Amino acid sequence: MAANGQIKIFTLKIDGKDVSARSDQTVLQVCRENEFFIPTLCHLEGLSNIGACRLCMVEVAGQRKLLPACTTMVSEAMEVTTTNDKLAHYRKMTLELIFSERNHTCSVCVSNNHCELQFLSQKLGINHIRVPYRFPKFAVDASHPYFILDHNRCILCTRCVRVCDEIEGAHVWDVSGRGIQAKVITELNQPWGSADTCTQCGKCVNVCPVGALSEKGRSVAENTKRSGFLPYLTARRKEKI
Amino acid sequence: MKAKIATTWLDGCSGCHMSFLDIDERLLAIADRIELVYSPLVDNKVFPDYVDVTIVEGAVASVDDLAKIKKIRKHTKYLIALGDCAINANVPSMRNPIPVQEIINRAYVENAFIHDVMPKHPALPELLARVMPIHEVVPVDVFIPGCPPSNDTIFYAVAELLDGRIPDLTNKTRFGA
Amino acid sequence: MTLEELQEIKAGEELARSQKKKSIHVCVAAGCMSQNAEAVLNTIEGQLKEKGLAKEIDVKGVGCMGLCAAGPLVSIEPENRMFQEINPANAFLVTDNLEKGKKTTNDLASDSPFFKRQYKIVTENCGVINPERIEEYIAFDGYLGLYTVLHDLDQNEVVQNLIKSGLRGRGGGGYPTGLKWSTVAKAVGSKKYVICNADEGDPGAFMDRSVLESDPHRILEGMAIAAYAIGADEGFIYVRAEYPLAISRLKVAIKQAERKGLLGNNIFGTTFNFTISIRLGAGAFVCGEETALIASIEGGRGTPRPRPPYPAESGLWGKPTLINNVETFANIAPIIRKGADWYASIGTETSKGTKVFALAGQVVNTGLIEVPMGMSLREIIFDIGGGIPGGRKFKAVQTGGPSGGCIPEEFLDIKVDYESLTKLGSIMGSGGMIVMDENSNMVDVARYFMEFCMSESCGKCVPCRVGTAQIYDILTKFAERRATEADLTLLEELCDVVRNTSLCGLGQSSPNPVLSTLKYFKHEYMERIQAEVNQE
Repeated sequence: MAANGQIKIFTLKIDGKDVSARSDQTVLQVCRENEFFIPTLCHLEGLSNIGACRLCMVEVAGQRKLLPACTTMVSEAMEVTTTNDKLAHYRKMTLELIFSERNHTCSVCVSNNHCELQFLSQKLGINHIRVPYRFPKFAVDASHPYFILDHNRCILCTRCVRVCDEIEGAHVWDVSGRGIQAKVITELNQPWGSADTCTQCGKCVNVCPVGALSEKGRSVAENTKRSGFLPYLTARRKEKI
Repeated sequence: MKAKIATTWLDGCSGCHMSFLDIDERLLAIADRIELVYSPLVDNKVFPDYVDVTIVEGAVASVDDLAKIKKIRKHTKYLIALGDCAINANVPSMRNPIPVQEIINRAYVENAFIHDVMPKHPALPELLARVMPIHEVVPVDVFIPGCPPSNDTIFYAVAELLDGRIPDLTNKTRFGA
Repeated sequence: MTLEELQEIKAGEELARSQKKKSIHVCVAAGCMSQNAEAVLNTIEGQLKEKGLAKEIDVKGVGCMGLCAAGPLVSIEPENRMFQEINPANAFLVTDNLEKGKKTTNDLASDSPFFKRQYKIVTENCGVINPERIEEYIAFDGYLGLYTVLHDLDQNEVVQNLIKSGLRGRGGGGYPTGLKWSTVAKAVGSKKYVICNADEGDPGAFMDRSVLESDPHRILEGMAIAAYAIGADEGFIYVRAEYPLAISRLKVAIKQAERKGLLGNNIFGTTFNFTISIRLGAGAFVCGEETALIASIEGGRGTPRPRPPYPAESGLWGKPTLINNVETFANIAPIIRKGADWYASIGTETSKGTKVFALAGQVVNTGLIEVPMGMSLREIIFDIGGGIPGGRKFKAVQTGGPSGGCIPEEFLDIKVDYESLTKLGSIMGSGGMIVMDENSNMVDVARYFMEFCMSESCGKCVPCRVGTAQIYDILTKFAERRATEADLTLLEELCDVVRNTSLCGLGQSSPNPVLSTLKYFKHEYMERIQAEVNQE
């Protein structure tokens, strides 16, 4: 990030509309500021951006490839297209791939009705998944005294990994395995309940967009999340309040 | 002419049919426009040769379901997948990561208190290795997600179809609704 | 080290060589090594000693001679008589027939098209020098290029030389090397890094391994010249741990160069300092992608991150970083020594110089070759490669590794360069070339490569992680003749999504084997759909 003195103000076009932006903003930030809808799952305000879910892909004039809005910095006279048939198609397909990857079964999920994946799929008009479900066999880790990890619901957005590392500073979470075998782990793939580094703060549970991380004792549709704490926390830390 | 309507269930809990019945008195409003030719709710045992709209609840889980849905598709103009089981195999598919034989064993032998015997009868359909949503087997024309979809949603969808429109349900229902 | 000392070493080597009547070269690169080449070397040494010829005839282990299919290879110099398939039991064929013109059962024609049609720049010392002796590298003008840039050229002149040469990155993308160097040179920062990407991972590709095993100093010199040009003082070679011989030879080479003052502080008496360390890759294909490679060197999980910022601006530990492939660095010293114009005179309009290919699959002469850009695929496969064994018919050639595509017979006469291969739906890639005959099934070929991409996906982004697995599953349906028309449509759609929305190059190019086989061999897919319909 540029130091304060070096920040410039740019004007750019988003879907044909002129907007202004600070040079340290991402395309996603400017789009959200101006109420252009761009779906995201791995992005969460207050955490670093990794461009992994590929839902926020946008077209930028003069660029051969689509770019993720969350990691693309604005530039002067940039022309961004946030939505068209092609982008909508890719976003739907990406969501369908996520649904097909694990065993989401919304109807019996703790996060039913409080789930970002579920809401996005409705918003993007998905009423069935065209790619075959993979139905992998994944375990549930209920060894933690307060929380439950259900790999069947995980979409590998790694918000838990980042919040634990970047905000809590404990780095209990990480990812192990490659490709379709990848999964989030606690410590060196030990049961969460035995993880000495876990401070039991629950940040990971609250930033999880789906039902993969939940509080114990919650039943179907009872797992509400409170991820709003994060922007406040990071803003306050920045200002050292 | 009245629209020929059929409904049936495969591997499901019949909850979607219950929701369907919850349409209540509004059913009367469309009653003179439809003819219910085949359904668990009526007494016809043979699927008719031609049906305008067939509403199917439940996932494809057994060889029986498989034969049934293929036959239905052949004789139906618009096939509606009603509810999550029909659309994403939902709860019935939770057995998919586990081999069939293990599941049957667990249910009828390991956890049996009185008669620990394997069910064996020629009338019992064999389970498929993998429970599938309907559209993995045959093409589906309209999807009504929900577990179950609300009676309003179902009524809206049927009314739209009767008026000759493919219903847009994006804002009305979703998976798990 | 001074120029005089460099010349002294060269003169000393030449004198020593002139005192020997002949020299016997035994290939000790990994291919021949795996067939007991070391024992061949010892046996020949022993036999010469018995014959009392040890003083007049020199025996040494050298790097790759190229025709790996016929190894272990032995040659007698200076007349370049070659022997194939030598083992300790038949090594006497060499030592008993030292005189010129004698014939043996294991002669290998060194004037065959396989050798004569090649043009060696990168591999000029392969099979010629002992890779574990820096003196031999110096005897073939080694480190002269480094001396030249340090004493006669400023940084910009080196970069301009590279730009003029037209050299493009040999790791796969074909990005202009000079442009990359100039970007890093212009990047702001007092600390910069040079990284050599030796994480060669394509199935069937072994170009980089061979160069590292046969001529490691060439890479060190190329890196040092790059470091000078961009203003770096620290370099890393990221080499996969599966290349133990390459690693040990690199270690030897680095130690030798440090002792001679060719790496370290005040190189050639100038203010230029440069050190090189080795980092081992644990075998993840994705770590060949530059941002994943950087993450791995930093000690993190080897996953790519979105670019920009490019490593040239923010690379290793956030500093401007130049990453080039082994073969790219191997081209640097010759370009400096012989001039950019000489290099630019070789090759095609857009692709200059030579390219090393690893010929593999259903071809008579499997092995390592180096040819000028612009040679046709037909010349490469049939003249140099000797065609298809057993009189079978050629079907397709797969270039560019798992990210590449399959090219059918009708395009065999195109001139190989970056643009022409891309136009055909394949890529140059790092130089793997797998020849397939009429018995190969293209659906199976696509499925094989997709399995590779699926298991090598890092799992970070959705399209690559799930998309490759879904594509693989559909290809399995085709392989098992369970596929439907709808599967074909879905396959094409998935390929499109994975290609256009994946995070890194690995994901974006992973559908290529499917797309290119769909383009040229669609009937093989259709046959398998047809079969299912007929069964019903």
